[in-house]
Amino acid sequence: MPQYEAGTFDVIVVGAGHAGAEAALASARMGAKTLVLTMNLDMIAFMPCNPSIGGPAKGIVVREIDALGGAMGRVIDKTHIQMRMLNTAKGPAVRALRAQADKVLYQQEMKRLMEEEPNLTLHQGIAEELVVEDGKIQGLLTQVGGIYRANSVVITTGTFLRGEVIIGDLRYSSGPNNQQPSIKLAENLEKLGFETVRFKTGTPPRVNSNSIDYSKTEIQPGDDVPRAFGHETTEYITDQLPCWLTYTNEKTHQIIDDNLHLSPMYSGMIKGTGPRYCPSIEDKVVRFNDKPRHQIFLEPEGRNTREVYVQGLSTSLPEHVQRKLLESIPGLEKAEMMRAGYAIEYDAIVPTQLWPTLESKQIENLYTAGQINGTSGYEEAAGQGLMAGINAAAKVLGKEEVILSRSDAYIGVLIDDLVTKGTNEPYRLLTSRAEYRLLLRHDNADMRLTELAYAIGMIKEERYEKFLAKKDRIEEEIKRLRSIMIKPNELTQQVIRDAGGSELKDGIRGADLLKRPEMNYDMISQLTASLVDLEDEVKEQVEIHIKYEGYIEKSLQQVDKLKKMENKKIPENIDYHAISGIATEARGKLAEVRPLSIAQASRISGVNPADISILLVYIEQGKIAKISV
Amino acid sequence: MDFDTIAAISTPSGEGAIAIVRLSGPEAVAIADKLFRAPSNKALAAQTTHTIHYGHLEDPATGEVVEEVMVSLMKAPKTFTREDVIEINCHGGIVSVNRVLELALRAGARLAEPGEFTKRAFLNGRIDLSQAEAVMDLIRAKTDRAMDVALNQMEGRLSKLIGTLRQALLESIAQMEVNIDYPEYDDVEEMTRPIMLEKSKWVRSEIDKLLQTSSQGKILREGLSTVILGRPNVGKSSLLNSLVQENKAIVTEIAGTTRDIIEEYVNVRGVPLRLVDTAGIRETEDIVERIGVERSRKVLKEADLILYVLNYAEALTPEDELLFEAVKDMDYIVVINKTDLPQKIDLEQVQKLAGDKLLVTTSLIEEEGIDQLEEAIADLFFQGEIEAGDMTYVSNVRHIALLHQAHQTISDAIGAAEMEVPVDMIQIDVTRTWEILGEIIGDTADDGLLNQLFSQFCLGK
Ligand SMILES: Cc1cc2nc3c(=O)[nH]c(=O)nc-3n(C[C@H](O)[C@H](O)[C@H](O)COP(=O)(O)OP(=O)(O)OC[C@H]3O[C@@H](n4cnc5c(N)ncnc54)[C@H](O)[C@@H]3O)c2cc1C
Ligand SMILES: Nc1nc2c(ncn2[C@@H]2O[C@H](COP(=O)(O)OP(=O)(O)OP(=O)(O)O)[C@@H](O)[C@H]2O)c(=O)[nH]1
Ligand SMILES: [Mg+2]
Repeated sequence: MPQYEAGTFDVIVVGAGHAGAEAALASARMGAKTLVLTMNLDMIAFMPCNPSIGGPAKGIVVREIDALGGAMGRVIDKTHIQMRMLNTAKGPAVRALRAQADKVLYQQEMKRLMEEEPNLTLHQGIAEELVVEDGKIQGLLTQVGGIYRANSVVITTGTFLRGEVIIGDLRYSSGPNNQQPSIKLAENLEKLGFETVRFKTGTPPRVNSNSIDYSKTEIQPGDDVPRAFGHETTEYITDQLPCWLTYTNEKTHQIIDDNLHLSPMYSGMIKGTGPRYCPSIEDKVVRFNDKPRHQIFLEPEGRNTREVYVQGLSTSLPEHVQRKLLESIPGLEKAEMMRAGYAIEYDAIVPTQLWPTLESKQIENLYTAGQINGTSGYEEAAGQGLMAGINAAAKVLGKEEVILSRSDAYIGVLIDDLVTKGTNEPYRLLTSRAEYRLLLRHDNADMRLTELAYAIGMIKEERYEKFLAKKDRIEEEIKRLRSIMIKPNELTQQVIRDAGGSELKDGIRGADLLKRPEMNYDMISQLTASLVDLEDEVKEQVEIHIKYEGYIEKSLQQVDKLKKMENKKIPENIDYHAISGIATEARGKLAEVRPLSIAQASRISGVNPADISILLVYIEQGKIAKISV
Repeated sequence: MDFDTIAAISTPSGEGAIAIVRLSGPEAVAIADKLFRAPSNKALAAQTTHTIHYGHLEDPATGEVVEEVMVSLMKAPKTFTREDVIEINCHGGIVSVNRVLELALRAGARLAEPGEFTKRAFLNGRIDLSQAEAVMDLIRAKTDRAMDVALNQMEGRLSKLIGTLRQALLESIAQMEVNIDYPEYDDVEEMTRPIMLEKSKWVRSEIDKLLQTSSQGKILREGLSTVILGRPNVGKSSLLNSLVQENKAIVTEIAGTTRDIIEEYVNVRGVPLRLVDTAGIRETEDIVERIGVERSRKVLKEADLILYVLNYAEALTPEDELLFEAVKDMDYIVVINKTDLPQKIDLEQVQKLAGDKLLVTTSLIEEEGIDQLEEAIADLFFQGEIEAGDMTYVSNVRHIALLHQAHQTISDAIGAAEMEVPVDMIQIDVTRTWEILGEIIGDTADDGLLNQLFSQFCLGK
């Protein structure tokens, strides 16, 4: 294949899945001349699995992406078929928004956004080789011989690296949804010295809505209240589509038992590690065989299609067995299977080979983001893509690198987990992975991240001004409620009685009354209204701040400690093997991860507090580590 | 610089099962060689530096084996103080380590002042002042770790109990997490405030119990304070001697020989006793003895156990009855001594006065009855004081501090639950409690929760 010079860019993003789309948009928005090169331009931001975005932890990531000037929130706000706020009965820290997407509309809207982004060029092509000189990326080579030069490259090729689809005893080389796999690129990465692992994931069958008997299922509507991920969204979709709930039964489980020998999971044909939180139905039936039934959610894939995603039935059993499974489920007895479920195995790179900026440790200016880094999920991919795009551009433009702390964002937790601990299964965010989840809420994503987004040029002046004004109103109102006295008059007692609380004996400050479990902001404002008209988001912030002050305070104290440890930087050229006091295992781990701060070092498994104190002494005292105590 | 040789217990006091006595100075190796016997009989002075040696410590005065030890030999100048350094690692609590230190002092070392080792390192130009401070912390961290590794059997039980508490908490936390992360799953029971409250209260009561045993843990380290009581000349000192099997207290035929308190540590069938011999209690004119008697009464008040000695060969006196009165609310065993002599005592009357307390008869001269007495002590300890089969003690100061912290966080959770705070907020303190308990048993791996989550519940699509 003759080669030709196809162009020069600041940043090239390979792949336009959820990671690639955010990376490309962010890089362009930061001011870098950006090319996004992807295998198929009709597959931008394609959802190979469930048509859904958000949920616990993940939904908060979407809010964070939006606060940082990313696209996912805006796009889903325009293209969903339903939205629900989850965990409303629980505390504010765990509330999360989830949307059912119109899969095709989502792709179209994302593509349009990218096409309209000034600094961004879209091109269809397959990257096969990276051009590396002196340990630094120079560009890449495509399947048709195009040489693209760039300062930085971001690779976001998802599950494509040496992808293999598996159904029953059939196994063939393929990307998701029968797209072509990326084999050359996988081989090239291997040659360049990347260590990889083999992971696996799967998807359930899809059926035609017209063939479903919905009368045998339960309806799952969206919320009546308008909801949005985007901080700037002002238009809401009111015409929502419901999902439906049905269950597996003894018969379904019997079919699985009878055909287990045909499952590649159990025949030993699948060797890749699958995610524990996304087990296939055969896995669920085998591992939890005392459960008489499992939930099956029927999720429409869009407004202009009759295809329905059968959530809960992820499987790699042979197609004929999948048909039998569907037949055994109430409502799906006559369901027409449009696509069979399948499993896919792929290469992922070991993420401890990355710096917290997602830059590769061995090849300068090369970044990777998304499922290629061992994660799973659209939101996880998008969050990484955004940060990789920001950092790739920052490096080219000579700006400072951007690393989110675990106390800043779920995205910070995600990336820190990946680069510090690695992962031995496809990594999914869970609220329990965040130690400061009370601070990392859905409602305060803008409070946490807008300053940063503005500082690095990801959001415009106007949005920032609006944010500052909102922040002011919140602070003012908190101050007001802290100082104002509420008298125990008849109205006050009435409001309290109605809320089921015990009457006041004395006057009380507004904030203290609001702290009572039965009281909320609206009740307080009945007694002492703010002079200015406050929007709901402001009221919400005021209420959360005052009500959970004690908890927030405690978390902030912990964050303080964390920050102190984060500020203790470890010199990049440190030689762990020269520090005699550190245990051998810890030394190996430290040398592998090369943590940037003491905080990061202390999170590496196998590094214990004694190692950390020796490291601290070494850093602060220089020579002392040579003393053997 | 020329220094004498110093010695000190270098384990922070009261922590853990391994204790280290450290020597530093020109005589360190020679002093150690006076005490230490390796199986090979090779002297430490003849060994290469920076090596560790197994062997026994002997008391040079008696030739008696005192302790099984590991000795680290570090010759100058590559040591922390730049002097010769010897570290004697001995197991067992404060009793044995004190004895080792005492031997070292008797063999020529001087007791070090606190921080004197670091001071020497500093003065010998080994480190600068700020480094000295950092090293202090380091030493602490290192010994902390050594002690964590050296959990003895008792602490093994502790870790099992803590493990149980953590597992219970973990199950609740996992359930809560599932409720949060998979809100649509209907086959997972909802973790409610009352359930959380009940669990938390149970955990707190268990922590309470553990904290209560921490004083018993102290008893175990320092010995059960056991007072030998009785009129003059009944054989108290003889009893102590029999138990200690060495002639430390002075035995005489003149009433009132023991003029002050004599303490000895012995291990009776697994029960560590701090034996206190007292002056016979009776009205007395002798000033010296009077002071002794007063101190005896004081010691009596602080006793965990009393061995009340009566004379088989004498009738009960009003003084004896008074003493019965004095100890009536305490744990005591009646020892009726001198059974080799003709009986004058009215055993029925003694039995009546003693109520349900144990009676043991001995002839210390003939060496009879000691076994029964020892058995009685062990029985009393294992069944009465602390229930047999539930032998969990917290004796490590670090553990006690962590238990107090855990107590605080679980109390916060309980308070919040009672205040109707949302469950996921209550869980913050529950999780913290689980983490703190993990620190006690050295389990801080953070994938425990996720493992629990995915093994306990059926999740995913
Ligand atoms: C079958 C299946 C089931 C899944 N199930 C789940 C699940 O149950 N739960 C869950 O959370 N997640 C699941 N996922 C994962 C989820 O879809 C991904 O995590 C997410 O889409 C990853 O985004 P990404 O941007 O990293 O990669 P992708 O969205 O896969 O995007 C990769 C992009 O790179 C392009 N590309 C690849 N190679 C090249 C090349 N050489 N040159 C140019 N372009 C290239 C592709 O065309 C594509 O645009 C599943 C994925 C699959 C395939
Ligand atoms: N025959 C006989 N004599 C004993 C026995 N036990 C102790 N004695 C003797 O009794 C005398 C007193 O013994 P001690 O042990 O000194 O008595 P004590 O109670 O400590 O006396 P004070 O310290 O003076 O109060 C000594 O001569 C012992 O040898 C015994 O079992 N039988
Ligand atoms: Mg005596």
